[in-house]
Amino acid sequence: MSFTPEIAAIRFGYGLSPHHPAPASPEAMVEALQAADSMARAFPIGSMAETYADFQYLSDLKKAELDGDKTAKKKYRNWRGQNRRDHARMLRHTIARALDAPDPLRERLTRFWADHFTVRGKGVSQRMVQRFVEDAIRPNITAPFSEMLKAAVTHPMMLIYLDQDKSIGPGSPVAERNAKKGRRRGLNENLAREVLELHTLGVGGAYSQADVRQLAELMAGMTLNLREGVRFEPKRGEPGAEEVLGQSYGGRKPKLEDIHAALDAIALHPDTAAHLARKLAVHFVSDTPPPALVEALRLRYTETGGNLGAVIETLLSHPEAWGPLAKIKQPFDFVTSALRALGVTGSQLAALDRKATLRIIIRPMGLMGQEWERPNGPDGWPEDGEHWLTPQGLAVRINWAMSAGRVDGLDLPDPRDLVETALGSQAGERLLFAAKAAESRAEGVGIVLASPAFQRR
Amino acid sequence: MSKLLMTRRRFLASTGCSVAAAPLMTPMAFAQAPWDTRLIVLILRGAMDGLDVVRPVGDPHFAAARPTLAAGGGLPLDGFFTLHPALAPLHPIWAKGELGFAHATSTPYRDKRSHFDGQDLLEAGTGFDVKTGALRDGWLNRMLQAVPGIEADTAYAIGREDLLMLAGGAPVANWSPGTRLELSPQARRLIELVYEEHPIYQAAVLEALDLTEQIAASEAAATETDEDEDMAAMMEASSGNAAHLQMAEFAAQRLRGDTRIAAFSLSGWDTHGNQASGLPKALKQLAETIELLRVGLGPLWGKTGILAMTEFGRTVRENGSRGTDHGTGGLMLMAGGALRGGKVYGRWPGLEEAALYDRRDLMPTEDVRAYAARAMEGLFGLSGTVLSESVFPGLDMSQAPRLVL
Repeated sequence: MSFTPEIAAIRFGYGLSPHHPAPASPEAMVEALQAADSMARAFPIGSMAETYADFQYLSDLKKAELDGDKTAKKKYRNWRGQNRRDHARMLRHTIARALDAPDPLRERLTRFWADHFTVRGKGVSQRMVQRFVEDAIRPNITAPFSEMLKAAVTHPMMLIYLDQDKSIGPGSPVAERNAKKGRRRGLNENLAREVLELHTLGVGGAYSQADVRQLAELMAGMTLNLREGVRFEPKRGEPGAEEVLGQSYGGRKPKLEDIHAALDAIALHPDTAAHLARKLAVHFVSDTPPPALVEALRLRYTETGGNLGAVIETLLSHPEAWGPLAKIKQPFDFVTSALRALGVTGSQLAALDRKATLRIIIRPMGLMGQEWERPNGPDGWPEDGEHWLTPQGLAVRINWAMSAGRVDGLDLPDPRDLVETALGSQAGERLLFAAKAAESRAEGVGIVLASPAFQRR
Repeated sequence: MSKLLMTRRRFLASTGCSVAAAPLMTPMAFAQAPWDTRLIVLILRGAMDGLDVVRPVGDPHFAAARPTLAAGGGLPLDGFFTLHPALAPLHPIWAKGELGFAHATSTPYRDKRSHFDGQDLLEAGTGFDVKTGALRDGWLNRMLQAVPGIEADTAYAIGREDLLMLAGGAPVANWSPGTRLELSPQARRLIELVYEEHPIYQAAVLEALDLTEQIAASEAAATETDEDEDMAAMMEASSGNAAHLQMAEFAAQRLRGDTRIAAFSLSGWDTHGNQASGLPKALKQLAETIELLRVGLGPLWGKTGILAMTEFGRTVRENGSRGTDHGTGGLMLMAGGALRGGKVYGRWPGLEEAALYDRRDLMPTEDVRAYAARAMEGLFGLSGTVLSESVFPGLDMSQAPRLVL
C-alpha cells in the first residue's frame, strides 16, 4: 500500500475538486501545513477577544434597561440578530476554507482537534464556538500537544462549557467568605474529569477519582470575566499542593503556572500518547486501524514530546495509512466534499445569506444527525461508521444530493463529468453507467453524490 | 390488496377499531409479533439526579446534603419519598398505580463515572466481565434474538442517533420522524444499482426506501381517522414541534401498528451547575413524553410498560455551584398500565456518609438490569434463564420484584 493522490485528497482532505489538483506527495502535504495559513486570511473568523467589547455592550445595555431605557430591548434584539448572522458567516467561512484550500489537510486537522476539544456555547457565548477553534485549535495543529491542551483548557469557551468558571477551592478565602454569607459555592470537577478522560489519558487511562479531584482543586481559581477573558483569582484557588498522577503541583499560593505545569506533564503521559495515536488513526484511516500504524504514531508522539506535526508526518508516510477507503464521511465532510466536487468556490459559498446557509447546510446536517456545534456531550461526534450509516441518515443524504441544484449560484455539472472529477478511479463500473443513465442532470448528480463510492473516505 | 389498504387495515386492527369497520379481515390475521404488549425504553442521557427527582425526605441526612436543592415542596409519594414538582403532570398516574420508581439502582459500572462508558454499558446490558468487543450488540436486540418471528418493524430505534441498545443481529428499524425519501422510479432503480455492490450501504438504503413507504401509508391512513386528534392537541399545548414530542408521537403511531418495542433517548440531565433551573427543563420533557405516549396509545396504554433509565446517579452532596457531580446509585422510572406502579422499589441504603459509595455517592443496592429483566419477563413471557444468560449475561435478578400486573 502506498500513496495515491486520489486517496490522499479523499482521506486526508475534503475530496477531489475541479479547481485543485490532488496532493502530489506526503511530503508536499506536510510542507503545506508549514506554509502560512492563507485560508484563514481569505475567510476570517476572528478571536474570542474581539467579542469582549460586545459583552461590555450587553452589560451596559442591561444596566440601561434597569435604569428605564426603553430602547435597550430593541438594541439587544438587534445584537442577537447580528450575532446569528455572524454565526452563520463563521460556518460559511469554515466551509469556504475547505472549498478553496489547495491542500485541505489543515482544515481536516482543525476539525479533528476541534471535535477532540469539543465545546458548546452557553447563553450569550452560544454562537462563538468557532472563535474558540480559531484561538486554541487552528494555530496549534502542528505544535506540541501540550500547547493545544493548555490553549484549549484555559480558553473562556471551555471554562464556560465545563463549568470551570463556577469552581472555587473549598478551602479558599472566597469559599470561607461565602460560607459566612450563607452562600455555598465550591469545587466543580467537570473540567478536570474531562481533561483526564477525554482530552488526555482516555477513559481507560491510569487515573482515579482522586486524580480528578486533585486536578479540580489545582484548577480552582481559574475563572473568567466575559468582558476581559480568562483570569486567575488566587483567592478562589485551593491553598496547598495537589497531587495529580503521582506528581505534586502548587504550593501555599495558588497560581496559573501550576495548572500549566500539570497540563504539560499530563500531555506527556504514556496513556495520552496511546489515546491520541489511536484516535488519529481511527479518525483518518479506519474504525479498526492497523495496530502497526497506531504503534508508529504512539512512538513518534513519545519520541518527539508530543509534537503533532511530527505525528502527522508519520501518519502520512506510513504504508498502512494508504489502504482502501474504509470510513464513511460524517455529515459535515459529506456536505463539504460534495460542494467541493461540484465546483462551488469559497467566495460563492461565503456570499450566501443566513437563510440559504440554514437551508443548504445547517438544517440538512442536523437531519443527517450532526447538528452543527451541538454534539451530545464533550466527547464530540461518534467515529464509527455504523453510527452514521443509518437508513434515516442515508435518506437525508440522498435527498440532499438529489437537490444539490438548489445551491445558489451553482451550475450543476454534467453527471458524466462529475463522476470523473469527484471520484476518478474510485468510481465503479455501475456508477459510471448510472451517471449516464439518469433521466435528468439533477438526478444524475444526485446519484453520484449519494453513491457509496462518494460516501466513503 | 394494495399496500396502502393493507396498512390501513393493520392500523385499524391494532387500534382496537371494531371488526365491523373492516369487515373483510380478522385482527389475528395481521398479528406479527408473538405477543401483544408494548415496551418503550427511554435512555436519559447525562446521568439524572435520582435524589432530586424522587427525594428521600424521610432520610435524616438528606436535607443537610442538599441545602439548596432540597428546598421547596415535593409532591407526596409514599411518606418517605416526595416527587420533584416538575413531574407534577405525572402525579395523577402515580395515584392510579401507573407510575413507579426503582431507587438506588445502577449498572455494574463503577468509579470512572464517564457518561459515555456508562451509557455504552447501560445499552450493552453487560458487566465489565464481558470483554470489550465480545458482545457488540445491545440488550434489547439480544432479547429480540431470543424470540422467533421478529420482523424489522417489531422494534424501532427512533431519532437521528443510532441506539446501541437495539443494535445487533435481530432486525430492527431506525427512523426519525419527518424524514422522507421520494425518488422517481428511474432514480430509485439507479440508486439500488449503485448500492448493490456495497452490502452494508445497500441494507440501509433499502430499509430507508421501505420505511418511507410504510410510514407514508400509515400516516395517510391515520389522517382518515380521528385517532391523532388528542395527540395533536397535546403537541399544540406543549412545546410544539420539539424533538421529544415528535419522537413520542412517532413511537405511539408505530406502536399502534405492528411495532411492539420503541426506544429513544432524551438528553439534558447533566446538571453540574444551577441544577434547580436545569433539571426541571429535562423533567418537563420527560413528563410531556410520557403523557403524549399515554394519550397516543389510548386503549393500548393498559398493555404498555415504559422504562426510563440513566447511566448513573449523581453525588449525594450538592457541589459548589448548586449542582451535582457524577455519582453511582441512580433512579429508574417506570410507567404504563401494564406495570405495577404506585411504589418506590429498591432497598434504601441510607445517606449517612459511611453508607455511601466511595463516601460520596448513593450506594447502589440493585442492578437496574434486574428491573428491566423483570419487566420483560412479565411483558413478553421470557424465561429467567434467557434473561440472565443471553439478554443480560451473568445477571442475578433474584432480588428484583415482579413488575408486571
